[in-house]
Amino acid sequence: MAIFSRGFSGRPRESNPDLPPGQFLTEDFPVLSAGPTPRLDTADWKFEIKTETGQTLSWNWDELTALGLEDVHTDIHCVTRWSKLGTDWRGISLDKLFEDAETSFDFVMVHSYGGYTTNLPLEDLMNGQAWIATEFGGEPLEPDHGGPARLLVPHLYFWKSAKWVRGITMQRTDSPGFWEQNGYHIYGDPWREERYW
Amino acid sequence: MTHLDGNALAGPLSEVFRDDMTTALGRCASCGDVSVLAEALVYDAAPGWAVRCHACGDVLMTFVRTLDRLRIDMRGLTALEIPS
Amino acid sequence: MTFRDWLVGTVVSTTMQTPTAKSIVLDVPGWKGSAAGQHVDVRLTAEDGYQAVRAYSLASTGPGDRVELAVDLIEDGEVSPYLVGELREGDQLEFRGPLGRWFVWKPGDTQPVQLVAGGSGVVPLLAMARAHAASGSEAKFRLLYSVRTPAEVFYADELASLAGPNFEVTFVYTRQTPPGWPHPAGRVSREILGSATIPAAENPAVFVCGPTGFVESVADWLVELGHNALAVKTERFGGN
Ligand SMILES: Cc1cc2nc3c(=O)[nH]c(=O)nc-3n(C[C@H](O)[C@H](O)[C@H](O)COP(=O)(O)OP(=O)(O)OC[C@H]3O[C@@H](n4cnc5c(N)ncnc54)[C@H](O)[C@@H]3O)c2cc1C
Ligand SMILES: [Zn+2]
Repeated sequence: MAIFSRGFSGRPRESNPDLPPGQFLTEDFPVLSAGPTPRLDTADWKFEIKTETGQTLSWNWDELTALGLEDVHTDIHCVTRWSKLGTDWRGISLDKLFEDAETSFDFVMVHSYGGYTTNLPLEDLMNGQAWIATEFGGEPLEPDHGGPARLLVPHLYFWKSAKWVRGITMQRTDSPGFWEQNGYHIYGDPWREERYW
Repeated sequence: MTHLDGNALAGPLSEVFRDDMTTALGRCASCGDVSVLAEALVYDAAPGWAVRCHACGDVLMTFVRTLDRLRIDMRGLTALEIPS
Repeated sequence: MTFRDWLVGTVVSTTMQTPTAKSIVLDVPGWKGSAAGQHVDVRLTAEDGYQAVRAYSLASTGPGDRVELAVDLIEDGEVSPYLVGELREGDQLEFRGPLGRWFVWKPGDTQPVQLVAGGSGVVPLLAMARAHAASGSEAKFRLLYSVRTPAEVFYADELASLAGPNFEVTFVYTRQTPPGWPHPAGRVSREILGSATIPAAENPAVFVCGPTGFVESVADWLVELGHNALAVKTERFGGN
């Protein structure tokens, strides 16, 4: 049994209706990553969606940004317990990218430059819930925060918002990605505190 | 992105192995490099840690501490040699 | 009792080493001592059960039931502000160790030894210097210690008293130098490393410890200066 540490309470956990359970508020933007930061040049960057029909939809940087950036004002919640409220992003809605996708599968695996993967239900990417974000706080997204482009799915824990995103593969079942295979929750809803299996 | 080295694995791995593991040799499944675990790169984005090969950068193992367990995945290590 | 168990120490004294760093001496009945360079994992537990664990190097070495740590404050940190600002004499502190057998110097080693410290990275290297002095080892020791300002030197008096024919200490001040210092303030460079450390030709064992960015550049330069990568042992403390 652990002994208590007199005067230690951990990070201040205030009660704020915008904070999911077990989260604390942070003003800065901690950098979390399972690996080194890849240095990516938008000149040879591309993004692909692959479906079970053999279809590959592909965009280079200019084609992607030509689809139009939306402003996204949202809170983000990291499984390591920090939340950041009212962040400003710009990005391309996944609804646009999936317009021409031919698929009957319900799940996706997101792939990143550097090898990271994360899984989601397709419906969590649709209807204005997810973006390929290229700007944060009015600036191009910095490499440490996933630049040039990361997935942004703010209603789930932030490990689902894969940095350095490279593509999406449709999958029949919700098979787990990098952290989900190793103990993180398959879905990751911060309001239900779905941190781990 | 910052990281630690394998010295920091000594405590967590002591929950599983009897001997010190920072001096154990691990063989990388990806590139075949054999080095002491102390030289591995540890990305300590808690609660999950990703341990990577210092030669090729591939993942050797991951640690996730959940509320009721410590889960270790060692798919990137094909051999461990522990000095006695 | 094995090194796997969480141990409890009682704080017997604390000393501010610098305006932001505190050394902490614990009384740990039954402690079997440690080798120079080892660390412990410290665990803090809040009343609601929340726990935080961080690694801290042992400044103490050898036998005895005293354990000494030295912790530098990271402003926005979770554990170091508690250890530096709150923990006091009579408090209990939970930890496990001693941990790690790689980043370790043993008194039987006769090779020359070059230590390279950045900031709080001096803690395990001080343990090596203490072990070196206590054992009467004849091995040649040198320390290159990078700090921001003279006020931020950990264990300044002790380092001065340990220095001698077998232990040479060189400071690099990165922000502010003492008055009359022959070099302007500036970071450790490849050139400084080349001129102020034991040359590769003497095959020293090299221990580099400090913030991750510091350790990375120093280790790369040492290899460029001809040191065998296997002879350069590193311990990264995190940060940039
Ligand atoms: C093997 C080992 C031995 C160590 N020995 C010592 C020691 O003897 N003395 C000592 O003071 N520290 C030591 N450290 C560092 C220590 O473990 C903690 O990382 C440090 O005290 C910060 O913890 P925190 O909870 O206060 O900060 P956290 O809450 O963990 O971090 C807060 C912020 O500070 C940054 N940060 C974390 N660590 C550092 C750092 N070292 N430098 C700069 N920024 C940082 C983080 O990236 C984060 O943004 C050691 C680390 C390792 C791996
Ligand atoms: Zn490898």
